[in-house]
Amino acid sequence: MKDSTKIIKAGLNKRYAREKRFKFFGLCSIILSFAFLLILLSTIVGRGLPAFQQTYMKLDVTLDEETLGVTSNSSSKELFSAKYDKVIRNTLYDMFPNVSDRKEKRALRNIVSNSAAYDLRDKVIANPELLGTTQSYWFLAKDDVDVYMKGNIDRNLPESDRRIKDFQLVWIDRLIAEDRLEKRFNTVLFNAADSREPEQAGMRGAIMGSFLTMLVTLLLSFPVAVAAAAYLEEFAPQNNRWVDLIEVNINNLAAVPSIVFGLLGLAVFINFFGVPRSTPLIGGLVLSLMTLPTIIIASRAAIKAVPPSIKEAAIGMGASPVQTLFQHTLPLAMPGILTGTIIGMAQALGETAPLLMIGMVAFVAEVPGGIFDPATVMPVQIYLWSDSPERAFTERTSAAIMVLLAFLIVMNLIAIILRKKFERRW
Amino acid sequence: MKHLKTIVATAAVIAATSSVYAQGREHIEIVGSSTVYPFATVVAETFGNKTEFKTPKIESTGSGGGLKLFCSGTGVDTPDITNASRRIKQSEVELCASNGVNNVTEVQIGYDGIAIANAKSGQDFSLTRRDIFLALAKEVPGANDGELVENTAKTWQDVNPDLPAIAIEVLGPPPTSGTRDAFVELAMEGGCKSFDWIKAMKKEDKSKYKEVCHTIREDGAFIEAGENDNLIVQKLEKNPDALGIFGFSFLDQNSDKVKGAQVDGADITFENIADGSYPVSRPLYFYVKSDHVGKIPGIAEFIAEFTDEDTWGDEGYLTDKGLIPLNEELRAEIGEAANSLKPLTL
Repeated sequence: MKDSTKIIKAGLNKRYAREKRFKFFGLCSIILSFAFLLILLSTIVGRGLPAFQQTYMKLDVTLDEETLGVTSNSSSKELFSAKYDKVIRNTLYDMFPNVSDRKEKRALRNIVSNSAAYDLRDKVIANPELLGTTQSYWFLAKDDVDVYMKGNIDRNLPESDRRIKDFQLVWIDRLIAEDRLEKRFNTVLFNAADSREPEQAGMRGAIMGSFLTMLVTLLLSFPVAVAAAAYLEEFAPQNNRWVDLIEVNINNLAAVPSIVFGLLGLAVFINFFGVPRSTPLIGGLVLSLMTLPTIIIASRAAIKAVPPSIKEAAIGMGASPVQTLFQHTLPLAMPGILTGTIIGMAQALGETAPLLMIGMVAFVAEVPGGIFDPATVMPVQIYLWSDSPERAFTERTSAAIMVLLAFLIVMNLIAIILRKKFERRW
Repeated sequence: MKHLKTIVATAAVIAATSSVYAQGREHIEIVGSSTVYPFATVVAETFGNKTEFKTPKIESTGSGGGLKLFCSGTGVDTPDITNASRRIKQSEVELCASNGVNNVTEVQIGYDGIAIANAKSGQDFSLTRRDIFLALAKEVPGANDGELVENTAKTWQDVNPDLPAIAIEVLGPPPTSGTRDAFVELAMEGGCKSFDWIKAMKKEDKSKYKEVCHTIREDGAFIEAGENDNLIVQKLEKNPDALGIFGFSFLDQNSDKVKGAQVDGADITFENIADGSYPVSRPLYFYVKSDHVGKIPGIAEFIAEFTDEDTWGDEGYLTDKGLIPLNEELRAEIGEAANSLKPLTL
């Protein structure tokens, strides 16, 4: 054997071992990150799933005109302000006539959500002929009852350690025996805006707010970013100091912490231009500042990837540079630009920090109808719910996270599909 | 310079649309204290459900931040109401006046107690404010008047021989929290003032006085446990020897897990906070910009809803959320002043 072969042989085992070690560490890190992801997702899903169900309670309400303080020929305004809560209260007192203690009476009134009176009002206004009749309706049960029905309160604990006391358990047991309590799919979670009562709280307002904010972001950042990218790639003078400076700054902007954009938005858009606080408009403006660099960088890469031969051929056939850009370069670069845009938008969708400064972290109990209405967005809703003392908000927080994750996954999936389907290789 | 043109155009559009917006606003805008936030939101929601007005929008900005926004002017782009967990300061009234906000109505809505609590399984505590100061201050008075020494108290017994021999371990909110401000001002300063020579210092050297009374020790006896009061309750449950500081509404919601300590001989109860015998409690307020009444729809009706007996009364729905109501005479007096938009007098 030659000397050199000997040397190689001697070191071979060591090199194999090194390779094995490296592979092992790589595998470990992947397994570890998957394990963390799995733990995170399973806790969120485990906690959040019950929130997709909600307990309803059936009550036989007598729409007595005397109790309501209206007559059959009252105006709709009088019907609007009639005493529906008294009807609900009397129904409950009639069902449990033995309750006489003042504190227990108050607890009894609180087993059904206070939205019951408003539901009843809407039904009567829609159909005034209901006055004087007895109807059975399903109303939302109060959050404590809901938490108990989902098995999150252990009735075997001593009474002082439970939020639902013995006398309340007696009521609930009777309601269950009479088939008056039922768990159904939680439509409120998707149909209502925020509320301070967990059973009435929904995400519709936040989802609409996010949608409107994203719309503003897209409309502003997409054209500006594509124009900027096309200019920098195709028209800007080469080796110019100013162009280099702009390029460096765009790359830097992509790394600026998002809260800084919030402060900028507060100083420029709100204090200088007078854009109203807490609206999708201001949110969209600030988030488009944040997504601009992401889209510009992705778009430049996509435009750069279009082979020069295509552009040269177009020029050779007599097309002007602008015609070349719009008829050849941009259509070919579009899949890459769109992927960058979607990823930028997904990033903006999950952002809360800059919104804190511009008043979008707020209690908004109505679904926004336009970009001038007060609104919050989904991540802010998650933050607000996680901070609430009521126990029923814990599961709703996780449910909201699941909804937000679903949106993000769908957006990223679209980006991947676009890339796979339309990407051209030369 | 294609994108420059676009930016200029966008700016023009923004300016145009916001001037359209500035002509009117349908909803009430409320800012201010995070302590009042849970109460104000419930009232806002009920108001939105009960009436045909839009539900007010409420931002939780802290008392100081809220008053700053509130005092920034009288246009529709400024808030109509601000919540505060302390009274408005003279300097803030002046700031308001300098921006043309001259007609302000003050409404006190009730009280908030600050609980010093431990787990149900732990020992009963009966503290004085002096004990609290001596246990938690960074520097405490030494053997002679005018002398300050590093706080070396390890157990509650070191502070006061009547207290149990348990290591001092207090979980509390960070300095950014309003609860911390109130705790420091009411409990710490209250105990600090009980030393005559420190009290005398207030007149001579106010900043030194504040430093002595408001500085909490940093050697691990006081643990900053984050803004989330739910978390403090959970930690207390696991460690029966620790005490925690949080708002009364959280004690009320978790009365099955934690119990409040006596302070200056008074239990932390609804009644004791309301009549002032529990010393670590503060009044809660909201301030209304009277000039906006009539311009923004529903402000008068919102005040009426807030000051309704079913809302802030002894049996009102705010007590379900942990507000300690005012007594009946005060409610009658303040309610009337609020609804007639009586101007603020300091």
